[in-house]
Amino acid sequence: MRPFTYTGTTNRNEALKAFTTTSHYLSGGTNLVDLMKEHVEQPDQLIHVKNLQYNGISKNKDGSYTIGAMRSNADTANHKDIRLYYPLLSMAMLSAATAQIRNMATNGGNLLQRTRCPYFFETSMPCNKREPESGCGALNGVNDQHAIFGYSDNCIATHPSDMCVALAAIGATVEVQKVDGGSRKIDLEDFHRLPGDKPEKDSNLEPGELITHIHLAKPELSNHYAYVKIRERSSYAFALVSVAAGFQIEDEKISKIGLAMGGVAHKPWKLIEAEEFLLGKKPIESNFGKAAELAMKDAKPFEGNRYKVPMGKNAIVRALMQANNIGE
Amino acid sequence: MNEKIKKNSFLTNQIQVSLKINAKNRSLTLDSRTSLLDALREHLELNGTKKGCDHGQCGACTVIMNGKRQLSCLTLAATCEGANVLTIEGLAKKDKMHPMQGAFVKHDGFQCGYCTPGQICSAVALLQEAKDGDASYVTADVRNISKELKLSEEEIRERLSGNICRCGAYNNIVQAFKEVHSADDEMPTWKFATKMQMKSAKRK
Ligand SMILES: Cc1cc2nc3c(=O)[nH]c(=O)nc-3n(C[C@H](O)[C@H](O)[C@H](O)COP(=O)(O)OP(=O)(O)OC[C@H]3O[C@@H](n4cnc5c(N)ncnc54)[C@H](O)[C@@H]3O)c2cc1C
Ligand code: SF4
Ligand code: FES
Ligand code: FES
Repeated sequence: MRPFTYTGTTNRNEALKAFTTTSHYLSGGTNLVDLMKEHVEQPDQLIHVKNLQYNGISKNKDGSYTIGAMRSNADTANHKDIRLYYPLLSMAMLSAATAQIRNMATNGGNLLQRTRCPYFFETSMPCNKREPESGCGALNGVNDQHAIFGYSDNCIATHPSDMCVALAAIGATVEVQKVDGGSRKIDLEDFHRLPGDKPEKDSNLEPGELITHIHLAKPELSNHYAYVKIRERSSYAFALVSVAAGFQIEDEKISKIGLAMGGVAHKPWKLIEAEEFLLGKKPIESNFGKAAELAMKDAKPFEGNRYKVPMGKNAIVRALMQANNIGE
Repeated sequence: MNEKIKKNSFLTNQIQVSLKINAKNRSLTLDSRTSLLDALREHLELNGTKKGCDHGQCGACTVIMNGKRQLSCLTLAATCEGANVLTIEGLAKKDKMHPMQGAFVKHDGFQCGYCTPGQICSAVALLQEAKDGDASYVTADVRNISKELKLSEEEIRERLSGNICRCGAYNNIVQAFKEVHSADDEMPTWKFATKMQMKSAKRK
């Protein structure tokens, strides 16, 4: 690991003031410390932000909830109101990593965790995300873990977070504090980026912007929910493909729905066409199958990850069926 | 950072940290890069906590920090100011093993023993999580909230999945956990030899 100076603080303004373009904020450290050991990240200053006072979970006037960026994933997933009103988020968060890692990892850090593309981790390999203009090792290499939607020739990596897939299905806004003192809100859909010609940029955050809160949309998908995560072993592994499904039923028909996929793109992948198709339809397997076909029709897999297309379809149907049957 | 220390530092990235480890106050002056794991093993002679992968992928380095199980390899010591850390060395009360340690011995919850300190710390923290009613990914419906959970075998395996055992002692680890968690002390089909049996074996 390269030497760095360490700045610990409990004061937001101090943290923002300490920021320089070669600094990194450090929260739970579960991603950043690992990448620093690998020499993938080499900041010359770490500013510890986990002890800033953004660790609450609060209810807003309209019934929606706001979660603090510095709260641990474990404490968020186990919060009584999150379990009751956002069970899809809770379930997705609990599918990630392990109890030990979830105790350390924070909601802000989770949004900004970096890809698990093996070329990104291996500094002797070309990777445009790690080193712009060096090429993409995965494009014609080992690409079984990679994207089937929304990639470019410059990068075909996926975003590894489970939490973000649930947030995409539910709807959320990220609030950040700017270095000059003001704050702004970014819709989750605009928070992460597709790789395009700037794969080194995972998100639309400006340098030094500090994530303080995640605002969740009103809890309107809590009656039927499921997070299905397909992986190489049954626990302690990232998703090959995952599906977050939440819906409500009125008069035997789907009246509200949120659907998103993980493991298939550079950002959590909203299944908008499938959502639109299912609205007003009966929650039955044949409809779920048609929705899955729609969701996957534009998939463009590589040599190594063709399996993701049938696996994705099956995972969508399974998630919708599981959501339909929950509590029975 | 304390001004006096800064002036006398040899390293520009030197940090000072005071924390409680196994109920003892400790103060350390370290390179800012030092993980909590290396601080324990290399600076405090507490080498019960093991380094398996150093990348968050095995759980061997699990310690209990402020009541929660965490990975010491991905925790920078610098972030531990004021923390209360419990390691495998702090679980026994003098000569009396923690019930989880006793159960691991009784049920043979290990072979080489390398993953064991992490397994035991993880299992001890899980006892509390079950009392608190925490959910897991295999919980049938996270909306059902209650305390004092009695965990099924599937739940135990999912919740202890953060500790990898290359020797594959999982069956016995689960059995050991069950004994302490739910007083299910059903023994495997083999038994330890009695004193008498040992004696007669020696005589031959
Ligand atoms: C072995 C292993 C397995 C894992 N498995 C899974 C899995 O199955 N599913 C899954 O979803 N995740 C998994 N993870 C990833 C884990 O969820 C993330 O590492 C974690 O959520 C990151 O949060 P953190 O607080 O530790 O972030 P850090 O590592 O502290 O930071 C990550 C990044 O975010 C930035 N940052 C942090 N907080 C802020 C803030 N408030 N404002 C601005 N920038 C900030 C940092 O500068 C850094 O660039 C796994 C991790 C490991 C090590
Ligand atoms: S897919 Fe992206 S992260 Fe992986 S090697 Fe190519 S550029 Fe790097
Ligand atoms: S040594 Fe920390 S998880 Fe392996
Ligand atoms: S006992 Fe050998 S690794 Fe677990």
